[in-house]
Amino acid sequence: MSRARQLLVALFAAPALALAAGDEVRLDRAPIDERDLTSLQRGARVYVNYCLGCHEASYMRYNRLEDLGLNAQQIRDNLIFTDAKVGDLMKNSMDSRDAKEWFGAVPPDLTVIARSRSSPAGSGADWLYTYLRSFYRDPARPTGWNNVVYRDVGMPHVLWQLQGEQALRTEVIEIPLGGDEEEVLKREEQKLVLAAPGSLTPVEYDRLVADLVNFLSYMAEPAKRTRIEIGIYVLLFLGLLFVLAYALKKEYWKDVH
Amino acid sequence: MAGTEKQPVTGAGPFNGVLTWVDQRFPLMQLWREHLAEYYAPKNFNFWYYFGSLAILVLVIQIATGIFLVMHYKPDAAQAFASVEYIMRDVTGGWLIRYMHSTGASAFFIVVYLHMFRGLLYGSYRQPRELIWLFGMIIYLCLMAEAFFGYLLPWGQMSYWGAQVIVNLFDAIPLIGPDLALWIRGDYVVSDATLNRFFSFHVIAIPLVLLGLVAAHIMALHEVGSNNPDGIEIKKLKDPETGRPVDGIPFHPYYTVKDIMGAVFFLIIFCVVMFFMPEFGGYFLEYNNFIPADPLKTPAHIAPVWYFTPYYSILRATTETFMWVLAAGVIGYSALIIQAVGARAVRLAVAAIAVLLLVGFFTIDPKVWGVVLMGAAVLIFALLPWLDRSPVKSIRYRGPLFKGALAVFVLVFIVLGYFGTQPVTTEGTLLSQIGTLIYFAFFLLMPWYTRMDKTRPEPSRVTWEGAH
Repeated sequence: MSRARQLLVALFAAPALALAAGDEVRLDRAPIDERDLTSLQRGARVYVNYCLGCHEASYMRYNRLEDLGLNAQQIRDNLIFTDAKVGDLMKNSMDSRDAKEWFGAVPPDLTVIARSRSSPAGSGADWLYTYLRSFYRDPARPTGWNNVVYRDVGMPHVLWQLQGEQALRTEVIEIPLGGDEEEVLKREEQKLVLAAPGSLTPVEYDRLVADLVNFLSYMAEPAKRTRIEIGIYVLLFLGLLFVLAYALKKEYWKDVH
Repeated sequence: MAGTEKQPVTGAGPFNGVLTWVDQRFPLMQLWREHLAEYYAPKNFNFWYYFGSLAILVLVIQIATGIFLVMHYKPDAAQAFASVEYIMRDVTGGWLIRYMHSTGASAFFIVVYLHMFRGLLYGSYRQPRELIWLFGMIIYLCLMAEAFFGYLLPWGQMSYWGAQVIVNLFDAIPLIGPDLALWIRGDYVVSDATLNRFFSFHVIAIPLVLLGLVAAHIMALHEVGSNNPDGIEIKKLKDPETGRPVDGIPFHPYYTVKDIMGAVFFLIIFCVVMFFMPEFGGYFLEYNNFIPADPLKTPAHIAPVWYFTPYYSILRATTETFMWVLAAGVIGYSALIIQAVGARAVRLAVAAIAVLLLVGFFTIDPKVWGVVLMGAAVLIFALLPWLDRSPVKSIRYRGPLFKGALAVFVLVFIVLGYFGTQPVTTEGTLLSQIGTLIYFAFFLLMPWYTRMDKTRPEPSRVTWEGAH
């Protein structure tokens, strides 16, 4: 009995130990809804204000944002800060050689980042949602920031004024194993704690990140909504066609003895 | 036969005139009769017989969508990735065309694997259909080449590093390897030159060969007639009056309407994937391939697309220690042949080949043998018509040995495929090695176990519920 419990505890402890080793983090599920146009609009606003300066979306055109229920004038007035035309691609003017010198790597294009970050551990949106909430202060890094999801990332915490400053604390957790001797399994667990609050509450910050991730997820595949809508009609059509094809086959094959 | 002597076409209503005009200048009605209206196919085709016509359907989908993709795609290392996203965003309906093509690629392999499995089930490769099987094997090879060349074109990380890994396999060949790999790539690494030539192969060379081979495959089939789930020849029993096989029915209309039904059912499944899960969990469109190719950044885990993974597992299973197992296998197998064969010359030849292999195993890099085994694993299917010594063709009348062997083979193929998608682990390598041995044993021991198997007598007529 005690042996079985030990095994059980060890099993549960295994993923957390992996986290302590720093190579795998359980991803939070991104609370996104790609049909929520206001969330997508807020996400687009965050993107052009906080991300676009370094991260281009160079396969995406501004006027595609009409998908989000905006018209060309609204896009021009609210989302374009340069002299770009509304039909232009969402580029920035950062030189990639400079970027490499400043950050150690060129900030990746974010057009399809949500698709590329998918893995068996979770969707790309889950990864981004967890990543953007996992920055912490690390004086050892040149930017002063590190990230639990992406160790030693070159990117500083761009949204720190909103979130505040997190710190990584190591806690020792004791799990009693039961049995006669007072056996305990000691396990180190790393935890992010908010050391200094930002201008948003944690709930508001999570909401903002969710909006941004929602937008990134949309941008990775703008045709997704159309694809699903059309797909339903195509399947209805094929279902009907199958009934007819089946009836036709039955009719002809009556003669086969 | 002079065209003008032909009878006018009848039965086509208002088109009789036009068809007659064409028929007197082209063997239209002859083709129609030989391949459709008077091609007698066994009436007892079951589920497994849909996949031939479905393969043609997928081929047409791939060619039609490919034509439109080429209109917008740019085979240029600096523009390829962006041009695919351009198709996904700015080209009207481009996303649909692209998903049809990417889903079609995987669907092609699913359909072809099931088509080949049908051949294994019912002995479709047996005499007199050996050549159909061989044409099919070459089609399969072309399909693999087509898929491999095509996969580089989106120019994502997996495209790039997958091509890099596969081309580097040629590097392992003794003497000519490095030059050969350089010649294939056209550069020291996979680059713009590689992309351009792969594009050319994918769009022109291979499809042309593929179409010719498909025509040959069907012509050979129609020459000897289709096999069926009972594995018996319907041509043996003909109606004395009409000269038609009593268990045969004209392909058109019976199998055209049946295949249309099958095609619609297939399209339903195809569309469920294409519209609702085009990435198919990262198997049809790999997540890493949404990162543009970067020659300076090797991904941590490189895996080929799922349809190549059984062979990739065999490649990775061939480690230095595995060479000892292979050596033992070669010794055992040559001993088996030598005691089974009477002719002295054959015995000597087998012994000589075995010695050569054994010397090679320990003098040439195991990596080379991995490539050899991988190639052999694909090509060995071609030997099936001569390896199978069973008195019956269909699994319905075979005994437990073949049934068991086939079941284990299918399981091993799937297990190898699974480990091919995973990063290397000790257990994974061990299981892949066991799988590799079973994979080859299925083929190499076939002459023995098919002969020893307890078969049941074949019926004289096909099994048909409607028959009285």
